[in-house]
Amino acid sequence: MDWLFFFEISLAGLGTGGLYALTGLAFVLIYKATRVINLAIGELLMLGAYLFFGFAAGLALPHWMAILLTLLLAAVVGGGVERLFIRPMLGESPISVFMLTIGLGSILIGVVELIWGPNPQRLPEFLPTTPLFLGEAYLSSKIAAAFAAAAVMVVAFVLVFRFWRGGVALRATASDQAAAYSMGINVPQVFSLAWVVACVIAAAAGMLVGAIGGIAPTMGVFGLSVLVVVIVGGLDSVFGALVAGLLIGLLEALAGAYLGGEYKLLATFSLLVVVLMLRPYGLFGTHEIERL
Amino acid sequence: MRIGTAKESYAADESLFDTAVQWRWLLVFFALLLIFPFIATPYWLFMACLVAINVASATGLNILTGYTGLVSLGQAAFMGVGAYTVAWLEINLGTPVLVNLVAGGLMAGAAGMLVGVPSLRVKGLYLAIATIAASVIFHFIFANWTSVTGGVSGLTMPPGTIFGFTLDEPRDLYWLIVPITVLMVIGAANLFRTRIGRAFIAIRDRDISAEVLGIRLLRFKLLSFALSSFYAGVAGGLWAYFFRVVTPESFPLLMSIFFLAAIIVGGMGSILGAILGAAFMTMVPEVLKMVVNWLSPWLPDAVALLSPVRVMVFGALIVGFLLFEPQGLAEMWRRLRRQFHLWPFKT
Repeated sequence: MDWLFFFEISLAGLGTGGLYALTGLAFVLIYKATRVINLAIGELLMLGAYLFFGFAAGLALPHWMAILLTLLLAAVVGGGVERLFIRPMLGESPISVFMLTIGLGSILIGVVELIWGPNPQRLPEFLPTTPLFLGEAYLSSKIAAAFAAAAVMVVAFVLVFRFWRGGVALRATASDQAAAYSMGINVPQVFSLAWVVACVIAAAAGMLVGAIGGIAPTMGVFGLSVLVVVIVGGLDSVFGALVAGLLIGLLEALAGAYLGGEYKLLATFSLLVVVLMLRPYGLFGTHEIERL
Repeated sequence: MRIGTAKESYAADESLFDTAVQWRWLLVFFALLLIFPFIATPYWLFMACLVAINVASATGLNILTGYTGLVSLGQAAFMGVGAYTVAWLEINLGTPVLVNLVAGGLMAGAAGMLVGVPSLRVKGLYLAIATIAASVIFHFIFANWTSVTGGVSGLTMPPGTIFGFTLDEPRDLYWLIVPITVLMVIGAANLFRTRIGRAFIAIRDRDISAEVLGIRLLRFKLLSFALSSFYAGVAGGLWAYFFRVVTPESFPLLMSIFFLAAIIVGGMGSILGAILGAAFMTMVPEVLKMVVNWLSPWLPDAVALLSPVRVMVFGALIVGFLLFEPQGLAEMWRRLRRQFHLWPFKT
């Protein structure tokens, strides 16, 4: 066994895992606050990447400005989606809302294809490209930079989630909606906030993913892996999403390197089935007791 | 004007159609189905066969999702199991068409039961995601078990023959596909007049209460999975005879979403809903294609717009129906009927 190769693959896998963790965070945030399984997360990520592409390549704005505008627009999209589509579905069965997000994903794919065409594109380079060596092991500096950016965002998010008033309101809403309402927390606003923040995170992740692998309207498949991440980690656990993100990234890279590319999805989804059988609420999720 | 139907016996209350008028309309409908192949163009026959296949599969999914309340995103994978079984039997054993179809259905049913095993522990959306996992794993098997499935290039099968007729055109296949679909739909409608069907509905409404009432949850959930996949398997077998090429890419996850969308648009938990929804969702892309063809003299790149617009309309239909007509087309149909019954009064 070639340990150096193994080490390099693991590093690359952890790098992708960082992006999974970041996107998983967006997913968990929405689920925690609003109990919506957002299957459109992959498409929101794709939308973010394309918005950046539109600003940076289409309008030729400087990169920092393109990034800011993308995040801003993503926030608007998040708020808009929540108000237009999710709010009217309050109180409907979770399955309906779940299907609604599938439909939303489909709409987003259509819109992006309509504006930017169906062909894959390359994002303008905004991450460093000089190769990076950890000891002897080679690591693509794009992946390293993306991982660093993701890590910074995750830490910032966790701090905000823990200490900022809005974050506290969010956690209060997640743990008991009615109690939060009666303590004077504006729950509908918290819902909007969750969607806005989640969309911003997804858009940021989308830019990083696009910078590494290029963008295409089909890059929403990334969302499938994120789905595995959040289920394995537990739908309502921020910590679970982070751990599972790294784990799935690692597993996918190892399966891809040692078994072949077609085994990637098989490996992650097999893990998903095993976890669902053993711990149906994920590794770190809350076990909800059903009452009549 | 008809206000209501007085029912004097339990049998009347349970019957599928409560008035003679409905039976007459049904006869008219069947008569139309009979004369359709003699008046329709090949294009419309092709579409009719496709609609019938989708109706069969959507009805199956409706048993599972609409009536038992278990969301499945694996319907296309089960269709794939049926299609591969049929194609393999046709190529290697050459058994009769009907035997192949039943075998395809049974194989898919067995696969469905296997996928359904977690359904006792895993509920709701977790289950939906478990079925996504199943469809990923099935796709992997289709693509990599080369000795049986032909790998990525798939299986190409000869046309089936039944009673000496070769089924190689929609005009001939119509006589195979449509009767089987009609039979399966009638079967599903009657299922919900029996104890099994009632048990499914009870599980959907509240599974714990159902268990308290003495319904074995595991048994009935597995049965629901098996029945629904049996429908999918037979529909997949028909699909195989219809297109005669079965590849792993023939049954993508998107197809499962399509069926779920069809029963949402049509109306969950309604036999009529699955029929209307499947027909509607199959025809919408064709209508869009016609609109595009019609627009092409004015809009030069209209053809390039077709694919994204189709994806967008697909999503918009799901979202629109969920937001504005959660009961689906079936409810619109009922409302229309009520309007006619109660005219000149308003509903």
